[in-house]
Amino acid sequence: MSNNSTNTEWPLWEVFYQPKDGKPFEHAGNVHAPDAEMALQNARDTYARRNEGISIWVVPSDQITASSPEDRGPFFDPANDKPYRHPQFYSVPRAVKKRK
Amino acid sequence: MSTFDTIPQTKQEALVETLLRLADDRLIHGHRLSEWAGHGPELEEDLALANVALDMIGHAASLYSYAAELEGKDDEDHYAYFRDDIDFKNIAMVELPKGDFGFTIARQFLFSAFSYFLYQKLIDTVEDEQFNGMLQKHFKEIKYHLRHSREWVLRLGDGTEESHRRIQDTFDEIWMYTGELFDLDDADREAIKQNVFVDVTEFKGEWKELVNSTLEEATLTVPDYDQYMFSGSRQGRHTEHLGHLLAQMQFLRRSYPDAEWK
Repeated sequence: MSNNSTNTEWPLWEVFYQPKDGKPFEHAGNVHAPDAEMALQNARDTYARRNEGISIWVVPSDQITASSPEDRGPFFDPANDKPYRHPQFYSVPRAVKKRK
Repeated sequence: MSTFDTIPQTKQEALVETLLRLADDRLIHGHRLSEWAGHGPELEEDLALANVALDMIGHAASLYSYAAELEGKDDEDHYAYFRDDIDFKNIAMVELPKGDFGFTIARQFLFSAFSYFLYQKLIDTVEDEQFNGMLQKHFKEIKYHLRHSREWVLRLGDGTEESHRRIQDTFDEIWMYTGELFDLDDADREAIKQNVFVDVTEFKGEWKELVNSTLEEATLTVPDYDQYMFSGSRQGRHTEHLGHLLAQMQFLRRSYPDAEWK
């Protein structure tokens, strides 16, 4: 339970699950739980009862550092005008195309 | 077979009796757990209890439907909805009212620990393929039920002063109903002879060890195993609580026998 006596709600945990071997973990949502083991069990009961995955991570929500809405411009906009960062920008030479 | 004093004569009768005993425990326990839906102490725990309830009712349904197949009944509903309390073969522990969260957890732990060892042994013994296949499937879920309830026993026992006191009271109160887990009657002995059931007393030591170590880790006092133990439910002598439970569970199906899901 929380050490803060005015807060009776369990801490929040972010839940990630791995859909298949070798696949990256995906964010599923969050759960409340008193500790890590119960968070894992609650995550399983809430998000993995219908064959969604083969592995689960739980992370205390307050341990996640997130970008803020104000960061949106400086963080992400510059990518829009640099099409050469995408592979589609480059045309494939005919010799390479032929070989596929 | 539906009366409490009938001893199975053939292998099939012994198998049906075993299926019904296993299924009755799980249906009644599952129903008690389902009473938590919407009343759990936290949203997440509400879901967890409902999930365990669904698992157990699912186990009962598959065991009943195999019994129905063997006995030539229409389907599993015959056993769940159209038998009276005297015909139910569940132990008393699972029919006791759901109590507080601690009671529900303590009962789940004691029962799931028992199921864990029972299923392990049954899987090694039972030759009937259909029955064994069910057992293997249910076993995975039983392991989870045990883990979930065991973790909660540790947290409630070693939690606050109030949670410790309440779960200790619960174990003291429920203890006299643990004897029935290991009672063997003539029907069981016949089923053991036919290789469709196992001698439950053989794993009583392992069960005790798990219970003792868990309670000790939870800073709880293990109640006295040699105290008076309730018995007779498998033969139809139930507590007053089963009749009330069945009235609620069976009422709809009995009042509208032809009702269908649309």
